[in-house]
Amino acid sequence: MITKERLTHLKQLEAESIHILREVAAEFTNPVMMYSVGKDSSVMLHLAMKAFAPGKPPFPMLHVDTLWKFREMIEFRDQRTKELGFDLVVHSNPKGKEMNISPFEHGSKVHTDIMKTEGLKQALNAGGYDAIIGGARRDEEKSRAKERIFSFRDKHHRWDPKNQRPELWNIYNTRINKGESVRVFPISNWTELDVWQYIYLEGIPIPSLYFAKERDVVEYEGTKIMVDDERMPEALRKKAKKEMVRFRTLGCYPLTGAINSTASTLPEIIKEMLLSTSSEREGRLIDKDQEGAMEMKKIEGYF
Amino acid sequence: MSVENKISTDIESYLKEHENKDMLRFLTCGSVDDGKSTLIGRLLYDSKMIFEDQLAAAESESKKYGTTGEKIDMALLVDGLQSEREQGITIDVAYRFFATDRRKYIIADTPGHEQYTRNMVTGASTADVAIILIDARKGILTQTRRHSFIVNLLGIEHVIVAINKMDLVGFSEETFKEIKSAYTALAEELGIKHTYYIPLSALDGDNVVEKSENTPWYDGKPLLELLDTMDISRKETAENFRFPVQYVNRPNLDFRGFCGTIAAGSVKVGDEVTVLPSGKTTKVKSIINAGDITEKSREVTTEEAYAPMAVTITTEEEVDISRGDMIVHTKALPRVSNSLKVMLVWMDETPMEPGTVYDIKRATTVVSGNFEHINYKVDVNTYERQSVHKLGLNDIASCKMVLTQPIAADAYKENRLTGSFIVIDRITNNTVGAGMIVGVSRREEDIQKLTTREYTDAERALNQYIRDNFPEWECKKC
Repeated sequence: MITKERLTHLKQLEAESIHILREVAAEFTNPVMMYSVGKDSSVMLHLAMKAFAPGKPPFPMLHVDTLWKFREMIEFRDQRTKELGFDLVVHSNPKGKEMNISPFEHGSKVHTDIMKTEGLKQALNAGGYDAIIGGARRDEEKSRAKERIFSFRDKHHRWDPKNQRPELWNIYNTRINKGESVRVFPISNWTELDVWQYIYLEGIPIPSLYFAKERDVVEYEGTKIMVDDERMPEALRKKAKKEMVRFRTLGCYPLTGAINSTASTLPEIIKEMLLSTSSEREGRLIDKDQEGAMEMKKIEGYF
Repeated sequence: MSVENKISTDIESYLKEHENKDMLRFLTCGSVDDGKSTLIGRLLYDSKMIFEDQLAAAESESKKYGTTGEKIDMALLVDGLQSEREQGITIDVAYRFFATDRRKYIIADTPGHEQYTRNMVTGASTADVAIILIDARKGILTQTRRHSFIVNLLGIEHVIVAINKMDLVGFSEETFKEIKSAYTALAEELGIKHTYYIPLSALDGDNVVEKSENTPWYDGKPLLELLDTMDISRKETAENFRFPVQYVNRPNLDFRGFCGTIAAGSVKVGDEVTVLPSGKTTKVKSIINAGDITEKSREVTTEEAYAPMAVTITTEEEVDISRGDMIVHTKALPRVSNSLKVMLVWMDETPMEPGTVYDIKRATTVVSGNFEHINYKVDVNTYERQSVHKLGLNDIASCKMVLTQPIAADAYKENRLTGSFIVIDRITNNTVGAGMIVGVSRREEDIQKLTTREYTDAERALNQYIRDNFPEWECKKC
């Protein structure tokens, strides 16, 4: 029963997330928030703007640019930075840049390892951050369901799933030694539906890639990917067809599958999501590499 | 009209309804053999939280690790880590989510074995409701007693006793009644407030979502309907206002606000408040509810706020307030003490020995302290009290905790968020224990006298000298 004295589930989740963000600001000396430009990042940014009002978030946003993100994502990122006035740090792995790492040529595993996992580690080492705020949710993947909200990482950024600190009530253990860090997931308890409903209710801006539009797509490794630039091999590009598609997650364009859809408004997206029968990450090629893939990646230091 | 129909024909009104959903967190207690993961898999599956690709993955894994023969092993839908899937057991707390038209649910899925007591305590700490699974063929076991004790210790007021595997006892009403009456006695012994009993078959779905035709004698609600309709409100606004200061927000010279999450009660602009432990008083000047802030209007204020809102409070006077302080209504002060009686759950391989100094984190307050004395250890299976000199992993004991500074101390029974604390090892930084405040220790008065003693300048200088040169003595400031 909802009375004046009982907050709705979204307001409870919002309050919990804000509590977590403030705890980070209060307890760590050099925190950073991961900003991936996707819908979850947009929600996180929104929460951070609320938590520290009338001031601004007392930490910068970090974007690990793999150089293969959708062009629109970069434009959107820069526009939001200007509108909200937060500090943005962008990092791309210089070694990978030099080697011209390409998901088409080197495959998703090599690309992700070098540009995403390595790039992230470099950026974190360079920044010397002691707390890294991320937008992962427990409903996304089975190994994430077991991760703490304040998740300890050793000095090699590794996660030890069998040796996690107990986490009780809303009391978070923020103690670390020099060189170690904590990954913090303020929206751990949100589901995909919660995120969409919140975006809808609060009117949070998100990239238009989430909305259906006619786009040039090609079949690639079992999913449809969008032709976003000239770097896609010509043989592939030649097969491009115009289709009404949208994206359920945003990442590197060659690794992000589009779905056929006509959903061009938030209610339509939510409707499609509620009636769909495949989970959110299906369009993401990373997880399917091997069984337990995400668990492996997390142990290695990937979010 | 079915939910699917409603979603496809009028999504906007569907969304409108769902803005006002409530949230309920529950804990499932049971072990591998009780069908706990199967029950959770069933709830997720029947409420459409399992998608086809996840189902396909579970199907392929069922062939590899499955224990259910031809049927899809529901447990594989929820057992997260690869090592667990191989062993077929749940070793850590996992959180699952599903929603109905009425509520959003967060399930804390915890292991049932005794060696994982700490994981269960962790899961129970945030739960409003506990589901205790009992195998109908076996009745109340030692583990049932253990689970019930922990659930009660962690202050969960609503316990659903799910008598599972009814299909294997021919849906016998007799069996159900026997178990029900045995558990009723147990609940009375412990003092569990509200109990509910359901005959279930998680494997086949009897009385999970729909009422089962196999139990015509059962006149209660199926599990999901019960969860949807139970009243879990704790009437937060009726309680005393408690506001642990989390963060001091000073974006510019004109603004100094105290951020935090209201742990209990409510507060209005103009209320007279006291800052603890210092005891200074002031009035609330303005309240910002962070939830109300939008991109366009970043300075909205509110007249009143209540738990569990995340707010920022400014005060009339410039009072010295910092993180770790507690703001309360002057008319309803909690007791302030550094000597507390607590229930402690030990969570580390290294035993707890009285006298060892730990850091204690209670809400946003961090102080060092030690457990001066173990009053008794409780056997979680028999509830017998034992006299011990140290605590090992998973031990639960009544202790006397002495802190180096006094704190505003509420009993856990009255306030879960200000009456709970974690224990941090000062060398490994691990969370080694979790505790619940029972009350202020009787010797508090003596200590109060000590702390208000007047010192001479020479004594103060000596104190300063010791603190500057012998920090390892942890000498307090006088």
